[in-house]
Parts: sequence; structure tokens; C-alpha cells
Amino acid sequence: MKLRLLPVLAGAICVVQSSGAYAADADLIKRGAYVAVLGDCEACHTAHDGKSLAGGLALQSPLGAIYSTNITPDRDTGIGTWSYEDFARLMRRGIRKDGSSVYPAMPYPSYSKMTDEDLQALYAYLTQGVAPVSLKNRAPDIPWLLSARWPLAIWRLLFAPSPAPPLPSAPHDDTSDALVERGRYLVEGPGHCGSCHTPRNFVLAEKVQTAADGPKYLSGGFIVDNWVAPSLRSDDAGGLVGWTPEDIVAFLKTGRNRHGATFGAMNGVITHSTSLTDDHDLAAIAAFLKTLGPPPGVSVQAFHYDDTVSRQLFAGKMPSEGARIYVDRCAACHRTDGHGYPGVFPPLAGNPVLQGPDATSAAHIILSGGRLPGVAAAPSSLVMGSYRDVLDNQQIADLVTFLGQSWGNHGAAMTASQVAKIRQATTDEKKPVGE
Amino acid sequence: MVSRNEKHTDVVIVGFGWVGAIMARELTQAGLNVVALERGPRRDTWPEGAYPSSIDELTHNTRHALFLQPSQSTVTVRHRDSDVAAPYRQLAAFLPGTGVGGAGLHWSGCHWRISPVELRLRSHYEERYGKDFIPQDMTIQDWGVSYEELEPHFAFAESVFGTSGQAYKVNGKIVGDGNPFDADRSTPFPLPAMKNTYSAELYSKAAAECGYHPFRIPSANASQAYTNPYGCQMGACTFCGFCSGYACYNYSKASPNVNILPALERESRFELRVECDVLKVETDSSGKKATGVIYRTSKGEEVRQTADIVILASFAYNNPYLLLLSGIGQPYDPKTGEGTVGRNFVYQNESGVTLFFGQDKFTNPFIGAGGNGVAIDDFNADNFDHGPLGFVGGAPIWVNQAGSKPISSATVPKGTPQWGAHWKKAVKDSFQHTISIHAHGTNMAFRDCYLSLDPTYSDTAGRPLLRITFNWHDNDVKMIRYVTDRMADIGRAMKPESMSVETKEFGEEFDLRHYQTTHIAGGAIMGTSPKDSVVNRYLQHWDVSNLFVIGSSAFPQGIGYNPTGIVAALAYWSAKAIRERYLKSPGPMVQA
Repeated sequence: MKLRLLPVLAGAICVVQSSGAYAADADLIKRGAYVAVLGDCEACHTAHDGKSLAGGLALQSPLGAIYSTNITPDRDTGIGTWSYEDFARLMRRGIRKDGSSVYPAMPYPSYSKMTDEDLQALYAYLTQGVAPVSLKNRAPDIPWLLSARWPLAIWRLLFAPSPAPPLPSAPHDDTSDALVERGRYLVEGPGHCGSCHTPRNFVLAEKVQTAADGPKYLSGGFIVDNWVAPSLRSDDAGGLVGWTPEDIVAFLKTGRNRHGATFGAMNGVITHSTSLTDDHDLAAIAAFLKTLGPPPGVSVQAFHYDDTVSRQLFAGKMPSEGARIYVDRCAACHRTDGHGYPGVFPPLAGNPVLQGPDATSAAHIILSGGRLPGVAAAPSSLVMGSYRDVLDNQQIADLVTFLGQSWGNHGAAMTASQVAKIRQATTDEKKPVGE
Repeated sequence: MVSRNEKHTDVVIVGFGWVGAIMARELTQAGLNVVALERGPRRDTWPEGAYPSSIDELTHNTRHALFLQPSQSTVTVRHRDSDVAAPYRQLAAFLPGTGVGGAGLHWSGCHWRISPVELRLRSHYEERYGKDFIPQDMTIQDWGVSYEELEPHFAFAESVFGTSGQAYKVNGKIVGDGNPFDADRSTPFPLPAMKNTYSAELYSKAAAECGYHPFRIPSANASQAYTNPYGCQMGACTFCGFCSGYACYNYSKASPNVNILPALERESRFELRVECDVLKVETDSSGKKATGVIYRTSKGEEVRQTADIVILASFAYNNPYLLLLSGIGQPYDPKTGEGTVGRNFVYQNESGVTLFFGQDKFTNPFIGAGGNGVAIDDFNADNFDHGPLGFVGGAPIWVNQAGSKPISSATVPKGTPQWGAHWKKAVKDSFQHTISIHAHGTNMAFRDCYLSLDPTYSDTAGRPLLRITFNWHDNDVKMIRYVTDRMADIGRAMKPESMSVETKEFGEEFDLRHYQTTHIAGGAIMGTSPKDSVVNRYLQHWDVSNLFVIGSSAFPQGIGYNPTGIVAALAYWSAKAIRERYLKSPGPMVQA
């Protein structure tokens, strides 16, 4: 019976394909694919070595690992049976088709700001432009008492903003105001930059959701997988005060610029989202970020280079044990003057990672190494090796302390016990951490 | 037995060193699907080059981590037809690379072009010195391609490699203190010349005092951070001295792995399969068309990969070896002089002078880079009058301080005991106070130096080993002795306390037991006629027009410079011919 129906179905498909509606759909799907890039769906919804968007990536939360879900159009295990209304409810309110609440790892408070236009395109892409993959969602590794979903509904009511009225359409023209507004939309909406770069409160809610809510927005400090998300505001405690819009665009497009290079949790964002974002949108993001002033009480002075340490090292004088380790292990690439080879080997003098109050990222890179993602505009996947088996905790503490206090840097010192904790928490990472 | 067929592809490339990477890049850009087969493992800056384990001399230099171990495959060697060849059981005189990057990963980085006269060596010598000047048994010949034709490809290869150097003449205008014997260039070097070591400074001064023309060696060790036309990035060289035999930890030495592969791997039309050892090239029943290759995987499985175009891009002598194994072309017979496959096998003809200075003069030989240094070309190519000297060829002479490693660089003055307290003291006294000068000379092709299949020894796949029949000839000994005398003059002008000279004696036989160089060439040479060459001027096989054989195997005879520069230029030249001519009208590009 079914077999006999097939030719009829095939005929129906032909009709659809030959009609004008199909062409419009293809265009919508293409736009939706780009919205998926802007929203970086891939970063969380594709497991390491897994099929695209089929979920299964472990996301560490303080309560235990949760696993991203299958968002391919598979009817049994994915979102193949979801209507647009089901999809929009999840994206705007964090409520799944079955009525349960999602974990706040899903940045629906940000996605709620997306336009209907973009959500419709994204829905078209996820349901028609993606190959269905049969892969069952995995239950979280959270103890049963804490794994109940009902508290998430309370969390949602308390901390998730009521969905913003969707904008009629996202600004997309070239006047400078419009550029900033487009950037605001991309950063606050689909880009969900605040998920990592805005500090969170004790129940893991972002303290503020938008730039309009105050200077805590994107002021950094949240620790994701033992990486400190830096401030994206114009401050000098790890922020972007010395970065021009062009620097920001170069960083997002290639993962590297004259100030530094991507590492840790940002690598996936560069690979799956910003390196594929068009130049106009990158310029918009940069224009918007440059409107963000410093958080209260934080210096706005740009980094000022001090050559004292550089002259000491050049003369063969080691001001500290950390300096000696630096010359032996690091200076070949990063140079005794700390300037590195901008664009290739990141400068450490003035590097935002070494200015903030928390040097966790620096210690983590030294322990685990790093691999720059190769992207279309910069295919070289440059690697810094792991020093986990080369340097002990005290040596890494000495080194991080030296880095934070040299060449004009004003970063935090570090102790061996702090390094020990980071070593323990990142114990399996002996390969340079990449995408 | 072939157990499996892979899906047909447009191009299959055998070997993934410089040639394989260049051809893969060029042909995927032309819209072709390319499969590259590499017999060795995947290798990259990390982990093979990971600091600090990468700068381990015992692993790399003594135990040859990046090279093909004789237990996997080797060659047999003899001096003359009347000898029985014996297998090369311990790596010594030359070091065949294996793995992704090939020789391009373990090379030093001297990145030269070629003297235009060397490309038409026989014609040039006959014109200048008369037909009788070239000895009867010296089978040198013209390449069939001119410097002017290759120039754009030299220039582009330098931009890909991030080559550091000082040009002499660009578009006919003298632009700086480069090599005055250099042919005209269309572009300056992409990066400024590297800084000189102290030893190179002393050499440069002494050479100029002797009336010669010192210049800085063009080097594919980057003098600054660099991004090449493919978007691939290099870091600036730190003069750590671990270049030849090592994977550079600093992204500073150009390699297929650093300079091409990152861009190539983003290309959906490209596939690299490692640990795939190609056993033979297959042809159709006419013998005029290659249909693909058969390779053996690391699991011992034999696989057929069919393709429209087959490119041999393997280590120097493996290209002719594969032709011999595949029965493509007529094997060379030294008795009749007929046949071409295996003909004109050549090596490099070297000598050296070591200067020992007093304890107050520190030469810091541990500082260095593989392509760094100062050379003179006054005795290279035909830059000097060979008429009264009676030999063909020459040598650049250089101080190429490549970085002394603690084990291999225990240089001591002649007459020092070879062990014990006196030896130790001499090592200690000498290490910081020596300078080495080298002549890197030509080896001419001779009728009795060639490659063939060994009748006695075979490998684990049952293939007969490749047999090398090779020995030194008086021409080359005459040349190197003459050049060594000039080198010693410069050495004396540097006023050392003592000096030891290593040169060749007449009648001296090829000695396989100590390292000389891996610059092996010939055996599948290019030329103007199928009677005396395997491939035409586009590196296309004369009989099998969809087969290209590219690499130093195509050199009709030895050259004065290191081979990589011209190998890369020939690859780009061949790729251009394939893209612009062959693909439009497949078939022979030169009528025999």
C-alpha cells in the first residue's frame, strides 16, 4: 500500500519543486543557515566528532554535566515534529514542546530578542536544510533530586526576562547609528555574547541582559571550563580599551590579531560562528562593543609599555625565578620584550588575559597548551604545546606571576595551590586545547 | 592481491612532500579532485615539533626519527657493474625522509634558484669550451627548460616559502648587495635576509679581502613573521639550530606542513591518505595510459586507486624505482647506453675546511639556522674559466652555521686522539671556537652511474630493492680539489690557530658510512628527446602522457645549489602546463 503511494508523493514533490514557492524556501533556508551561524548553534549542539547539530555535547555545570539536544529534523529524536510555534516558544521562553523548561545553558534569554524574521528563517533551516540524524537525547549527569525540571520553571520566571517584543526587522544599513544598532542586535540577541562575558549571579543568571541595563553587561569574569571570560567593555582589566574596531573584526574573523589570539572556550565561537559571519556584521559587532564604557571603578587607561624587564632579560639578568622559566620556555615565541610576533605568536605585553584580577586562563593555557583554530581567512592552526608535564605548580605560579607584573602588565599574582586546583580540574588535557 | 578498489579520482599523487603539496594545491584550484598517498605517518609542528621534546638530538639525529628506517625499506649500493650490491642497512650517507612533508619537513632551508647556464649545461660547455671538453663517458645534457620560463615559478615558490634573502638584480636594476652572479629576478625576496652569525661575518670579510663576492644565503627560515599567499603563517626564526633532521617547533622553517597543508586541508576536493605505500603504477593494455596505482596500507591491504592523471612526487630515487617496478619505459643499460629509466643518477660532491681559533675568540656555533649564512658563487656554475682547469662543474662555498648539536658537533683538530682525556679536553677547547666552511659541489652524470632493480634482495612486499651503482669520477675530484684550495685560501685569511681540510683524493671511492648529503637526483630525467630522457620539459612522461614524474629525479645532472628551490619551481611549472594546456587537450604536450 505504502509502496503504491510513493509515485504520488514523488509527483507532489515535483510540483513543489517546480513552483516559485520552493525557490523562496531555498532562500529562506539559506538565510536561516546564516542565522544559525550568528547564533552559533553548532558550538553546543554538535558533539566532538559527532554529527552536525545532533547534540550530545557535554556542558559542565556546577551540578554536573548536561548534554545538548538533537536539533536535527529527525522525527523521533530531533525536532522533526515541532511546529514553528513550538520552536519560537522554546527560543523566546525556554519552554520545550512537552512543556518542560530547558536548562539555562540554552541562552533563550538572548534568543528572545531575535526578530520573527530571523527565527522563521532559522526554523526553516533547522527543519528543512539540515539532514535528520537519529540520536537520542542524553539525560544529564545531575543527581536525581537536583535534576528535577520544575525548579527551572521558577528560575525562568524569576531570572529570564519576559520576552522582548520582537523587532520588526533587524537594522541592516550603513549609517553609523544603524551599524551600532545592528551590532547591538547581534551581540545581545543571536550572538548571546553575554552568556559567557556577563558576570552571573548565585543562581547562574546573567546579572544583566543588555547594554541598557548597566555597565555590568559584558564586563567579564565568568569562568567557563576553567577559562575566564574577559570583559568586552572599554576597560584595561582585561577589556578592549586598546582595541580598534578593526582589531575586533580581525579577531572575530581570524581568531587572531595584533593584541592576541583566541583560546579555550572562544575557539568554537570563532570556528563555527564569527569566522563565517559577513564583514558588515563583524563591523557592526565591533562598532557596538566600542560604545560600551568601562565598568564602574575600573581603569580606562590603555596599557602602557614598560621596558624595564625587557632590558633586564636582554642583559641576561633574571629578576625572578619566573623570569628564568620564561626565558627558557616561552621567550622563543613570545620574545624577551613580551611583544611576540603579532598575528602569529600573541604578545604578552598588554595582553588582556594578563591584566585582569584572575589569572586562571594564563595558568590553564600553560598547563594545557592551545591550538588556534584554522579558519578560512587564516588557515594556520598554530599550536602552543602543553607544559603540564614540564613545569610543576610552583614553577607555573612563578611564571604567571612574572607575566602579570612585567612589561607594564598589571595582572594578578598566582600561588602554587591555585595552580594545583586548575591542574586538577583540567587533568585530562594534555593535548593543546583546540576547537 | 588487490582486495579493494577506491572510488575513481581525477588525480592521484604519490608522495606528499613539497611536490605533492604543490601539485595538490594547484590541481584542486583547477577544480580537480585530488587524492595524495603518503607512505609515512601524518606529521605536524605539533606534536613532532613540540618544544622542548623536538630539540632532542638523540631521537632525531642519532636515531633518525623522521626518516625511513632500513627495516621498512632500503636500497642496495655498489661502486661498479662488476660488484655485487649490498643493502644499505644503517642510515648514514643519505637520509630518505618519510611521512607527511617528506624531505620538506626535515630539510635545512637553503632555498636557491639555479644558475641559468646549468639548465643548458651541455650546450653551454660545448659553446664556450668546445665539443671535446666534455669527457666521453660524461652523459650531461640540457634540461629542456630555460631560466626565463621558470622565473615566475621561482618567484611564486619564494612567496609561498616565505624566503628571506637579499636580491642583487630585480627587473634589470641592481637593488642591493645580493649575489652578483644571480640571474635577473622579477621580484625581491618576500622577507629581508636573515641576520649573520659572527662566523658568517668573519667569512664575509675574508672572502671580500680575497677578491670574491660574498652574499647572504637565501633561506626558507623566516627572518620575520610572515603570511604567505595561501594565508599560511610562519613565526620568525630564533636561530635555535634544530632544522635539518627536525620538525621546526617555531613555524619558522618552510615546510609543506606549515606553508601549504593548512590551506589545502580546507579544500573539499583534496584527500590525504597516510601510511599508503604505492607498489606500482598501472597502465592500460596499450601501455600508453596510466590507469592509477596500487598501494599497500599499514594493515597490509592492497588497494587500487584509479585516476585520470598520475603524478609521481616521491623521494628522489623512488620516482625511477616506481617506473622500474611498473615496467613503464625502457630500463637504462650502461653497456649499450640505451634505455632511460635509471639513467644519470647523481649525488652532491662536497668538501670542508674547519678553522680552530684561540680561547679568546668565541664563535658560538650552537647559534644557527639551516638556511642561514654567507656564500660565494665565484666558483659555482660557469662563473669562472674552466678552460685551463679541465673539469666540468663547480661549487658555492659557504659558512652555513646551522647550529651545532652536542653529540654530532664534537669537532676537534686533526691529530687529536679519538677518545679519552685528550679528546675530551680538545672537545671542550674547540666547541666554542671553531668555524666550518663548506663547498657544496656538483656531481656530473656518468655513463656507469645509474639505478636498476636488484637481482638479489627484495622487500617485505616481495619487490626487488632498488640498486644504486655509483662512484666518484676524476672530473669531480678535480673540481672539488680546486674549489677546496680556494676555500682554504679564505680560511687562512680568517687567521685561525689551526685548520683541517677534508677533500677528495683521486681514486677515492664512494663511502656510504658517513653522512654527506641527502641531495640525490636523476634517474627519471627531463630533456628534449625520449631517446635520452624519461619526461619532457613539462615533466610529462614521453610515452604515458597522463603520467607526470616530478622532483629531483628529473635533474639531468647534479647542480651546485641545494635542490629544493628548483624542485618547487619545476612543480609549479608543470602544474601550470597541466592547468593551461593538458586539461584542455589531454595528450603529449611535446611531440617526440
